[in-house]
Amino acid sequence: MLSRRAFVVSLTASGALLLAPRARAADAAWSVADPPGSTELGPWLLIAPDGATTIRVAHSEMGQGIFTTLPMLVAEELDCDWRQVHAEYADEARNRREDAYGSMATGGSHSIRSSWPTLRQVGASARARLVAAAAKRWGVAPGTCTTENGVVRHRASGRSASYGELVREAAAVALASEPALKPRSAFRLIGTSVPRLDSKAKCDGSAVFGIDVRLPGMLYAAVSLCPVPGGRLGSHDAAGVMSRRGVKAVVELPGGVTVVADRFWRAMQAAAALPVTWETGAAGHTDSAQFAAMYRNALDGELAVARRTGDAEAAMQGTVVEALYEVPYLAHAPMEPLNATAHLHDGMVEVWVGTQSPALATTLAAGAAGVGEDKVVVHNCFLGGGFGRRTMNDELVQAVIVARSVGAPVKLAWTRETDIRHDRFRPQAAIRMRGAVAGGEAKALSAATAVGSITRSLLGRDPGPVEASAVEGLANTPYGFANVLVRCRLLNTHIPVMYWRSVGNSQNAFAMESFVDELAHAAGVDPYQFRRKLLANRPDMVRVLDTVAEKSGWGTKLPARHGRGIAIHESFGSIAAEVAEVAVDQAGAVRVMRVVAAVDCGTVVDPRIAAMQVESAVVYGLTAALYDNVTIRDGTVTQGNFDTYRVMRMADTPAIETYLVPSGRPIGGLGEPGTPPAAPALCNAIFAATGVRVRSLPVAGARLGRTI
Amino acid sequence: MVTLSVNGTQHQLDIEPETPLLWVLRDELGLMGTKYACGIGLCGACAVHMNGVPVRSCQMPVGSLAGVAITTIEGLSTAAGRAVQRAWVEHDVAQCGYCQSGQIMAAAALLAANKAPGDAEIDAAMTNLCRCGTYPRIRAAIHRAAELLRG
Ligand code: FES
Ligand code: FES
Repeated sequence: MLSRRAFVVSLTASGALLLAPRARAADAAWSVADPPGSTELGPWLLIAPDGATTIRVAHSEMGQGIFTTLPMLVAEELDCDWRQVHAEYADEARNRREDAYGSMATGGSHSIRSSWPTLRQVGASARARLVAAAAKRWGVAPGTCTTENGVVRHRASGRSASYGELVREAAAVALASEPALKPRSAFRLIGTSVPRLDSKAKCDGSAVFGIDVRLPGMLYAAVSLCPVPGGRLGSHDAAGVMSRRGVKAVVELPGGVTVVADRFWRAMQAAAALPVTWETGAAGHTDSAQFAAMYRNALDGELAVARRTGDAEAAMQGTVVEALYEVPYLAHAPMEPLNATAHLHDGMVEVWVGTQSPALATTLAAGAAGVGEDKVVVHNCFLGGGFGRRTMNDELVQAVIVARSVGAPVKLAWTRETDIRHDRFRPQAAIRMRGAVAGGEAKALSAATAVGSITRSLLGRDPGPVEASAVEGLANTPYGFANVLVRCRLLNTHIPVMYWRSVGNSQNAFAMESFVDELAHAAGVDPYQFRRKLLANRPDMVRVLDTVAEKSGWGTKLPARHGRGIAIHESFGSIAAEVAEVAVDQAGAVRVMRVVAAVDCGTVVDPRIAAMQVESAVVYGLTAALYDNVTIRDGTVTQGNFDTYRVMRMADTPAIETYLVPSGRPIGGLGEPGTPPAAPALCNAIFAATGVRVRSLPVAGARLGRTI
Repeated sequence: MVTLSVNGTQHQLDIEPETPLLWVLRDELGLMGTKYACGIGLCGACAVHMNGVPVRSCQMPVGSLAGVAITTIEGLSTAAGRAVQRAWVEHDVAQCGYCQSGQIMAAAALLAANKAPGDAEIDAAMTNLCRCGTYPRIRAAIHRAAELLRG
């Protein structure tokens, strides 16, 4: 049962982001000693006498670069010396006490967007206090002082003082009113590429991820979980493993059991050897084919209306096209398997975990330990990938239960197999699209989706008939169809589902952008031009579309069995368009040669980090579209490691070019928006190359070879 | 007793000889830069050098390593290793960073053997997985490291 606070956190953490914290290089991420003699200017920043500036980051670094880009927002207004900036995690416990940082959840490509006004204001306020302190010292008007690179100057008198010299006096300054922010034209940092603050630690092995935490006297726990999610432990025979070297305890968990030993390898071996039986109930007799039929059949049953514009059924005149798209469950498979370390001492619960939601982690740890949330301290670490998965830290609950049971600090880690089999997956779905074209133009669109509810699965709440994430990318389509009907049916199986990089957009953009391609072909119009016309009311999207078409050489000739596919999708406040170019050999093997992406995220904080996010999102989307499929047999996930759940390798990765075309629109997210267009751009390219329309993912299951 | 040489230091360890080197590095020696991600030799997150050659430490029983020199990311000090680390930082390759120790060990071994690898050679040598999709920047950084090494 989640508290109201956790509930709010869960709802706002509506998506995966990417990627990992930096602490000062050699320090552990959780135990950064602030530079000696530092003075706080509010909860967000500290300045040391030598000018070293520590900026606190209230979101999780999982690779998306926010340990760099969030401090940039502060530093821009502060006018400090960027080379003296360090980042460290903001403290969730302090946030609980003082509400110092607002929501610390990371998801929905939200970190930069939600921090954009607040963190700049933090920097501007601190700057104003430093200026006020200098002005007071010198007996001059604050307005006659300027700042640059961590120094306040008074030109008329030639005086200057560094922030480090001024910070103690500045801490005593109370501002009568909040200072104005810089005009964009005055930005010196924002819009430039700075070296990432986490790069060095991530290149010399010193970056501390959750799995790297070590505490004195720590034991290690490995789990054996019921292979059928939701199932229960029947029996286990602890005596079968207790005599093994190093094994200390066998502890029951909800849905499983864990073996505790003095080394992780010993715990892992013992957990694998532990005799167990499971109670799996009816779920133990299910499989993917049943689920696929259930979702398909649901499309013929009762559906809830998510959007109705005009009368789509009446407008289904002319050439009517219908297509069914199907997508599988997908695992997040972050490179670092889930793990957490817990230490119960002195009435406190101290935990170390890579989490996308320190507030929810606090609630979970308190619940598992049976203490109040005020007794919990969560130390966030660098996340070895998140993608949404680390929003719900199931592993943390287990670590606390075990630590409580054995009375020692415990690091509990999942194997890769457990991480994949006990994921909370991207939902499986069936999506039926109908549309009509006449005279080269689109007349109507009707979309119906049958998909698992994340609200029900994750929060145990009735989602009502429509869930926003189930229809995102369909109900809010920017295409100017005069008649639109979008309906949905929420149906869950026993397989848990959750936010997976771009959430509902991941499957809905595949259906929408594949289908728009099908409509274009039915209308006999070039897919790029067809989209352009349907987006006539969205000049911002047309601009992104035109950029990707131009940069990809859209319309130029390609060799036989090569093809280009285009897709555009708006999500998380940003627009991303991609053109994929593929080659399909005679046997049907697909090689992605090149992906060109154009993105409008309103304002770019750091162009290099922005491009990295787009590249990452493209690889993530292509990996899933090409290879990945979580299938169920006897209620159990059949995949378990990277042999059966593939990750794209260097040799398979296309050249990726990213063009950032920021407009004046409000700042948008970037962790996720590059993912949704990848699958449809790929499949549209495969169609262009082969004439075969892939409507069921992954592509690996499609027959694309030349029939003789 | 198992004998092991890591980053120039000899260790005598009372440990089951079948324990994979990965877990000995991490949990016995506290060298946490070498990562676990698959445990079956598929991903390369656990890559270390054995007499300069890249190997996947999750697949190396520690009992089989008497007389060989193991180098981990913490001990990487070859010219190629330093060039790779510098190029990685210059190109901001790392995203979440979890795979990068292994990527760097693989790249350093590649450059020690081949001062100017072409893209096909990079593809063949760099089979480590990266879930964050840093491959384009890894490729660029390897070319940059080769340039640094050539002076
Ligand atoms: S952990 Fe050794 S290859 Fe993946
Ligand atoms: S940088 Fe995240 S897995 Fe490679």
